[in-house]
Amino acid sequence: MKVAMKVNGVEHAGDVEPRVLLVDFLRSNLRLTGTHTGCDTSSCGACTVLVDGEPIKSCTSLAVQVEGRSITTVEGLAQGATLSAVQAGFHEEHGLQCGFCTPGMMITGTALLDRNPDPTEDEIRWAISGNICRCTGYMNIVKAIQHAAKVRAAANAAPRETAGAATGGQ
Amino acid sequence: MLPAAFDYRAPTSLDEALSLLKQHGDEAKVMAGGQSLIPLLKLRFSRPELVVDIARIPNLNAITRDDGHVAIGALARHVDIERSNEVAAAAPMLAEAAHWIADPLVRNRGTLVGSICHADPAGDWGAVVLAFGADIVATSQSGKRVIHAQDFFQGPFTTALKADEVVMEVRIPVAKGGAGGTGGAYLKLERRVGDFATVAVAVQVELEGDKIAKAGIGLTAVGPQNIKATDAERHLHGKEPTDEVIAEAARLAAAAAEPKEDARGSVAYKKDVVRVFVQRGLKTAIGRAREARS
Repeated sequence: MKVAMKVNGVEHAGDVEPRVLLVDFLRSNLRLTGTHTGCDTSSCGACTVLVDGEPIKSCTSLAVQVEGRSITTVEGLAQGATLSAVQAGFHEEHGLQCGFCTPGMMITGTALLDRNPDPTEDEIRWAISGNICRCTGYMNIVKAIQHAAKVRAAANAAPRETAGAATGGQ
Repeated sequence: MLPAAFDYRAPTSLDEALSLLKQHGDEAKVMAGGQSLIPLLKLRFSRPELVVDIARIPNLNAITRDDGHVAIGALARHVDIERSNEVAAAAPMLAEAAHWIADPLVRNRGTLVGSICHADPAGDWGAVVLAFGADIVATSQSGKRVIHAQDFFQGPFTTALKADEVVMEVRIPVAKGGAGGTGGAYLKLERRVGDFATVAVAVQVELEGDKIAKAGIGLTAVGPQNIKATDAERHLHGKEPTDEVIAEAARLAAAAAEPKEDARGSVAYKKDVVRVFVQRGLKTAIGRAREARS
């Protein structure tokens, strides 16, 4: 079955069986392996991607379900060599240990800040409650998202001076 | 995990969807957000020949208010209910329950209607629609029919829906004019975010003067299906909600629960959680109803 979608701003088309999951389409057909398969049972959030700006679990979506939609994976966060604010936050605050949950965490963090640019710690913790970190590194993940929120706020306050390094995700 | 092979259709009109269901009957499964169905397909507990994805049918995602009801469309997602102004004004218990469902990522895809059609006895929305005494509006090529929530749930993963029917909306009765005099509460015991409930309780009350005009109590995860605690509801009708009346209603609700022992607790423990939650839920709901009135 033909399927077409925009992934990280680029149109992609494929021919897949309806039973193919979005995560497998991204990883196997498009070779975008930044999106991880973790639990494969809709529990862990390692496979989180944005569909039209909203985070979902790509292990619990069929590729054909998102026909015509716009997908953002972790590969779509950076602008060339410049990290997004959320990616930079994870770097600055050491928001990862093994790194397996990181793509999902960063995608969820990006979507949170797009909706709520100045979240409280509680709001951040609720937002990432569908993403599990097996290293239990939540303290620094929360700090990383807080860092990103500050960087994005500063960039919005002074768009010219800090443009580039501080621009957020999509 | 890869589901067993199936055919997939995503009709763009209701007529087309109904005709597919008429044609394929039991061999077809309707999908909205897929958050219950896709896990079943992956585990191969469900092996339909055809999946009919209704997500591309227009105008099914609305949450609308008319006098006396909030109508939740077939494609309205948990997150839409959580954020809806209509819901917050007229039936805030829905938003409270939505917040407890699965996790924020699943709530971006899953729907209330899909969830009740899946009819997991541990599903949250079943208890909520039973507490509200909601109506489920189903359509097929033979026409439209309304099923009362109490008649809808018939057993584990079993509903009154026929194979050729699609649920169009769920109609939640609300007080006319505003939330005045009504209040609700949803209490859920879960071990971690994203878990199914160990026990959950939905309570909705309507006050008239100092007395309870109407009370609805729905139970989650304590029986082969979501349970409406009718004896407890009847005990409350027309009475002033004293501590004794509330305690007795809570006892009756616990007696209606038929939980099974598992890793999360014994039968006695789960029944006692029902009792405590109904007691707390009623007190909260009554407090909210009084607040809404003032």
